[in-house]
Amino acid sequence: MVPTHYYVILSAVLFGLGVIAFIFKRNIITIFMSIELMLNAVNLAFVAFSQVWHRLDGQVFVLFVIVVAAAEAAVGLGIIILTARNRRSLNIERVDLLKL
Amino acid sequence: MSAPVIIFFVLAAMCVIGAISLILQRHPIHSALSLIVVMVALAGLYLLMGAEFVAAVQIIVYGGAIMVLFVFVIMLLNAGLEQRTNVSKLAGFAGIPLAVALTGLLAAAVARSEDAVQAATQTGATAPTKALANLLFQDFVYPFELTSFLILVAILGAIVLAGPRSET
Repeated sequence: MVPTHYYVILSAVLFGLGVIAFIFKRNIITIFMSIELMLNAVNLAFVAFSQVWHRLDGQVFVLFVIVVAAAEAAVGLGIIILTARNRRSLNIERVDLLKL
Repeated sequence: MSAPVIIFFVLAAMCVIGAISLILQRHPIHSALSLIVVMVALAGLYLLMGAEFVAAVQIIVYGGAIMVLFVFVIMLLNAGLEQRTNVSKLAGFAGIPLAVALTGLLAAAVARSEDAVQAATQTGATAPTKALANLLFQDFVYPFELTSFLILVAILGAIVLAGPRSET
């Protein structure tokens, strides 16, 4: 049987890769995808601990995270479409109104 | 090594390779396909842990709905190759070391955690979906109903943001 900390370490690695993608990607859509990757990494840890303690609360939380991610994807992609229309570009460098 | 451990390592390798491919691919549609690989492999890991309902929801909602939305937007905006520009100096120098340090800290915290977590193995016993439903519709019924409201607001927001321009 698989030890639980394997799962948690895999979750940490995936989260770190999501952070790296978030920092280094230049395309707005890909940056948004790296956020989804981080959410997935956290879901993995939730399910792993839920199975350790034999309590299903963690899995219910995962369902809520998925729902919130779906809502976030809908609104976020709407914002991306709007930004792409206004800036005529998907490059994050072009969206710098809040940059110092 | 027993069979579950081997399956775990295969799926974990798929996850990590998919995530690295998401970073290295320059075309957004290739990144999206890499992310789908990660999500399907994660669904396999959920099945390995015995969380079958979560695995099904992962494939249907994440691999199906959300990623179709992403691919649809990529096609709609006709997204081309990512332009390489200079990343900011702070991100360039400190980004990868800090992200690796974050991963290392998390992994170290797990490695030094309570023996209860260390010793616990995933038995792979399936979590009863009926118990999950009872929990979701009894203890968590108000949050569950609130999510329907959240989705309604999200639909309205998406229509207002991306819908037809109102003439002002």
